[in-house]
Amino acid sequence: MNKRNFSQNMAFGMFWLAGIVSVLIMAFVVGYIMVKGLPGISLDFFTTSPRGGLSCDGGIYSTIVTTFYMIVVTLVFATPLGVGTAIYLTEYSSNTDNRVAGRMVSIARFGVDTLAGVPSIIFGLFGYALFVTAMNLGFSILSASLAGACLIIPVIIRTTEEALKAVPAGYREGSLALGANRWETTWKVVLPAALRGISTGILLSAGRIVSETAIFFVTLGGSYRVPHSLMSGGRTMALHVYYLAMETRAFDKAMSTAAVLVALIIIMNLAINMVTNKIAAK
Amino acid sequence: MTSGSRRTGLEKTMKTVLLVSALASLLIVLLIFIFTMKGALPAFRELGVWEMLSGTTWRPGNGEFGILAMIAGSGLVTFGAVLIGVPLALGTAVFLSEIAPGWIVKIVRPSIELLAGIPSVVYGLFGMVVLVPLVREIPAPGNAGFGLLSASIVLAVMVLPTIASISEFAIRSVPGGYREGSLALGATKWETVSRVLIPAARPGIISAVVLGLGRALGETIAMIMVIGNSVILPAAITGNPLSIFLSRARTLTGNIAVEISYATGVHESALFATGVVLFVLIMLVNSSAGFLLKRGAR
Amino acid sequence: MKRNISTMIFLAGLTLMGACGEPGDGTSAGTESGGIVEISVVGSTTVQPLAELLSESYEAIDPNVLVTVSGGGSSVGVKSAAEQTADIGMASREIKESEIQDCPEIVVHTIARDGIAIVANPDIDVDEITMEQAREIFSGEITDWSEVGGTAGMITVASREEGSGTRSAFEDLVMNDALISEMAILQPSNGAIRTTVATTPGCIAFLSFGYLDSNTKPMAVDGALPTAENVSAGSYPVVRPLNMVTYGEPTGAVAEWLDFIVGEDGQAIVAAEGYIPI
Repeated sequence: MNKRNFSQNMAFGMFWLAGIVSVLIMAFVVGYIMVKGLPGISLDFFTTSPRGGLSCDGGIYSTIVTTFYMIVVTLVFATPLGVGTAIYLTEYSSNTDNRVAGRMVSIARFGVDTLAGVPSIIFGLFGYALFVTAMNLGFSILSASLAGACLIIPVIIRTTEEALKAVPAGYREGSLALGANRWETTWKVVLPAALRGISTGILLSAGRIVSETAIFFVTLGGSYRVPHSLMSGGRTMALHVYYLAMETRAFDKAMSTAAVLVALIIIMNLAINMVTNKIAAK
Repeated sequence: MTSGSRRTGLEKTMKTVLLVSALASLLIVLLIFIFTMKGALPAFRELGVWEMLSGTTWRPGNGEFGILAMIAGSGLVTFGAVLIGVPLALGTAVFLSEIAPGWIVKIVRPSIELLAGIPSVVYGLFGMVVLVPLVREIPAPGNAGFGLLSASIVLAVMVLPTIASISEFAIRSVPGGYREGSLALGATKWETVSRVLIPAARPGIISAVVLGLGRALGETIAMIMVIGNSVILPAAITGNPLSIFLSRARTLTGNIAVEISYATGVHESALFATGVVLFVLIMLVNSSAGFLLKRGAR
Repeated sequence: MKRNISTMIFLAGLTLMGACGEPGDGTSAGTESGGIVEISVVGSTTVQPLAELLSESYEAIDPNVLVTVSGGGSSVGVKSAAEQTADIGMASREIKESEIQDCPEIVVHTIARDGIAIVANPDIDVDEITMEQAREIFSGEITDWSEVGGTAGMITVASREEGSGTRSAFEDLVMNDALISEMAILQPSNGAIRTTVATTPGCIAFLSFGYLDSNTKPMAVDGALPTAENVSAGSYPVVRPLNMVTYGEPTGAVAEWLDFIVGEDGQAIVAAEGYIPI
């Protein structure tokens, strides 16, 4: 009995340790970035653009603008496709009265699963080959956000699907019984009820775009100027960290930019958790 | 009547629109495959698929395009990440699902979600500034800090959230009856975890690890920043075989990112070929995860 | 919802069409929209920081011009100019025969010269090497500092990656037919090379003049220290041109900007950044 208790305590000690170490790693990485980065941050850091040359004076204004543009344009491309796919997979697959429809659902599902596993550098390579070169869009926000959309479509699909599945079946049955057809039911009953869940998916996707570097490294060009059209190149905050760390020796600026990025991700995560908790509370 | 037919028309149109958007993902995958393959064909044709896969020398200036060193680099760094990351991730998963009191779960889980959200370039920066100098302290000739060890540690942290959260879900999904039954039979909580829950959740856990593998193989920017990028077959640099992890290496992903902007002609094509190899590798890994999950579900 | 989606698809289609019609207007002249002329500059990451500074100074003189500078590398620079996806391509090396054959219309404008310095970790006690020794160190034949007159210690070579303009210039000027060692740490940028040399014991690498600072130790080659004076005097041998490439003779704002660069004010910036004026 003692031996059993002993191994129980040993094992549980290890599990506690694993949990604590995980938290400590997070605290160390985030803490290090914040401690090194925050002192360099002032209001000017947000309101001035980086200067050229190797000194890398200046702030991150233009990279914030580019990041914002990238989020908006990418979501414009990805959201309709992602939400549409999720609706098809959840709302239209239940009544697979014929074999063709069933086949379609499993083909579509295969596509979504495969897309979710593609590594981002492949999206970059693809974006470079198709949008930048073959379609002649050059290094631009348009090229980069088309490639970036491929990355987040699966994220939107998955979260939207979960949100749609969480809507009680009774809502649909009620609406259908009242004579509404499937689209009307989806549009007027199911989607409004799932809106919160879908919005977490969109937030999550925005986070992915903020964090992504590899795709934009090969499709966005890296100009640090404020973009003024879809055809302008640009530099997101994450890309700016890469350029600062690799091209210049401005590690302090890199740390400050990284601190802003991490803070942004923390805020987004908090927002997602708040929305999710509200859904759970309902 | 007209309103009715318009409604039916809308229903039909929307069904088609939705079907089209549902097939868009597949279309994108196909486009990606076609474009990468099309880019890679000249290299495969000119150099030979097997010659590329088995070649150990990558010297674009000399017309040599062997990618075995990069395959080895990607494989080893992923192996290292799994070695470090999996015990930690599984421990955390069991901790979260079976042991931790509610208020601790409320701290640990968001921490792990945050780890998942931190941009890879931030991990790369952290690796360059903190880990590389630490690893450089290990006394071995030619150890410059940049290499597989630094990269594996960074990667282990990056795949931790994937493996931990999917495994946690798998363990939580084991029906409550299993736990109660085992405890009722007099097993301790640890015996229940190790002999009942983990075996029952094994398919889910294995697929979590495999999905983590897929993510590790695909990581790019953080790897470029800490791995040293030398195109060599990694080898032990001292008598100790473990010192292979102090060796520099290049990953398949890094090969593409580092050179794509310079490349023209066959060189560019060889980078697309690198992409095809990466794509196929990851598809194999990911589909084996799906296969394991399905087998477990049965 | 239906209307929303179709509007969105329509808008996306419109953007794509508008985008495809844009490039290819004959010569490099910049793109005008709303009174602002935009000049797109793409290519070498070595020339990029210099071009950024030159664009800022020029925009201060002529606020109706906006120069956007993107990286990508020398080959992308030449390709972008040839395919007219950019108004100007940047290259930190000579333009290759094959590139001129592919597109005979391209015009090369040399805007500065750049020396490539051989730099070592500051703790290294060797001050001078010969061209021959440099070749043997970078090809991996010489592996210990004692072989070139220093305190014994392993040499760690760091280099830019294959395809980089700095590397290909270094290979042409120093390596002849020898190959850079496979054991070299490869970094995809000048900045990363500088950090690696500054922090790695026993490390040696080559670096564009513009990136020299007190964290690395410049080595004399065949008796000449890597300085702008020695390059001008002809005694420092490792020098390459920094080029801008246009499709056809440039006109309009592009021509004016290039004139500014090779003029007095532009060349003053070139010199201030550590490069050698033409």
